[in-house]
Amino acid sequence: MNTSTDPDGAAAVILQDVHKSFGNQKVLAGVNLQAQRGQVTAIIGRSGSGKSTALRCIDRLETIDSGRITVCGRRVDDRQVDLKALRLDVGIVFQSYNLFPHLNIEDNIMLAPRAAKGVDKAAARELAHAVLAKVGLGEKARAYPEQLSGGQQQRVAIARSLAMQPKVMLFDEVTSALDPELTGEVLKVIEELAAGGMTMVIVTHEMAFARRIADQIVFMHSGRVWEQGSADILTHPQTPELKQFVKSDL
Amino acid sequence: MSTGLNANHLLYLLQGAAWTLGLSLIAFVGGGLLGLAVALCRVSPIKAVRVLTSGYVQLVQGTPLLVILFMTFFGLPALGLNISPLTAAGVSLTLYVSAYLGEIWRGCIQSVPRAQWEAAECLALTRLQRMRMVVLPQAIRIATPPTVGFMVQIVKNTSLASVVGFVELARSGQIINNSVFEPFLVYVIIAALYFAMCFPLSRWSQRLERRGAQARYQAAADLPQAATLSPT
Repeated sequence: MNTSTDPDGAAAVILQDVHKSFGNQKVLAGVNLQAQRGQVTAIIGRSGSGKSTALRCIDRLETIDSGRITVCGRRVDDRQVDLKALRLDVGIVFQSYNLFPHLNIEDNIMLAPRAAKGVDKAAARELAHAVLAKVGLGEKARAYPEQLSGGQQQRVAIARSLAMQPKVMLFDEVTSALDPELTGEVLKVIEELAAGGMTMVIVTHEMAFARRIADQIVFMHSGRVWEQGSADILTHPQTPELKQFVKSDL
Repeated sequence: MSTGLNANHLLYLLQGAAWTLGLSLIAFVGGGLLGLAVALCRVSPIKAVRVLTSGYVQLVQGTPLLVILFMTFFGLPALGLNISPLTAAGVSLTLYVSAYLGEIWRGCIQSVPRAQWEAAECLALTRLQRMRMVVLPQAIRIATPPTVGFMVQIVKNTSLASVVGFVELARSGQIINNSVFEPFLVYVIIAALYFAMCFPLSRWSQRLERRGAQARYQAAADLPQAATLSPT
């Protein structure tokens, strides 16, 4: 049984030679990457390059075939891993928001702190209002998800995750389902979080955004980390694949 | 046309109708509770539980209610268990209803998008909490129209309890007819009374379904567009 040792120096998220297949389809073919504490790691790449799968493996929404994944000192690939402890450390925001449609915004946010952390109702409500203010939706506490725009729903999803006070936040193409005019408000919230020192791993198609906020950019191609480094790798790509990818984005 | 049908006869029929309602209620409450257990077992993470429950459902759905009634009322006493017509009818209908409601509700639970489970899982909710706080509340909304619709079947199927001597509406009709011998009139009254019980349920179910369809249409209109920004 692996307990969380969480040594100070180690990266928040470490993937070592991670392999994963869906049936005959090899999705991750030896992924190695590290996301440092307090930094923003952006994973970019074509659809099907394995970037979303890699992200989902970090939160153990998928199990891996071989390799090691360590999150906040906890071995995620361990079959015995304490999933609840992992999910308390890691927050994730999805492309499709996944708010709970039967609950209003406030209740969406209050649900997990109350159920998973035993926060009492008054404190949870206070928490909800604080995180809603952070994403600029303080006045929507009583609205239902269906009454909000996609961008607003996604900001609520971020707030819901923030309310759990995670150590690491994962973003899985959170603006891909949004109309272009709504992506800005979501990206702004993420940028503010980055400025606040949140450790984040972001899978995104927004290249300009990645360039702007990422401390580290990871380019994935056919299930591997093809190139990684600072935003410079986008201006001076070394591999033909990244060159091609950067060019197609313009 | 002279008829021997009098107010006492009508009163007797109404009493039968009351028992039909009572038996329906027993069947719905008993079958509902057992059905919920069936539905939850059908989506259990443990394979053996799923397989066993599936077997139960197949067995009950593959047996005529009439035969289930005979087995409980005539079969159990043969094994030394004496049982009243009311208990036999209550037990048989409970079994019958649980298998059908269980399957209806399993479908409703499974039609809650997987992403909802995942979102709840990633918020550190336990499996039980996910089910209770996230999935079931949504499944109940989906389940309401078909459940109300199925209640019509329950009301009508209680008439089979007459074969074990339980005096509900159909049986009370037979008894009255045996004394007044006005089959057409008596059975028209019986049919009208069944209709009076079932029609409001049918209408209610239809209304719920329309409202659900509207909500779904709304939800579909609000659905985020598929990712269009991916680089090609």
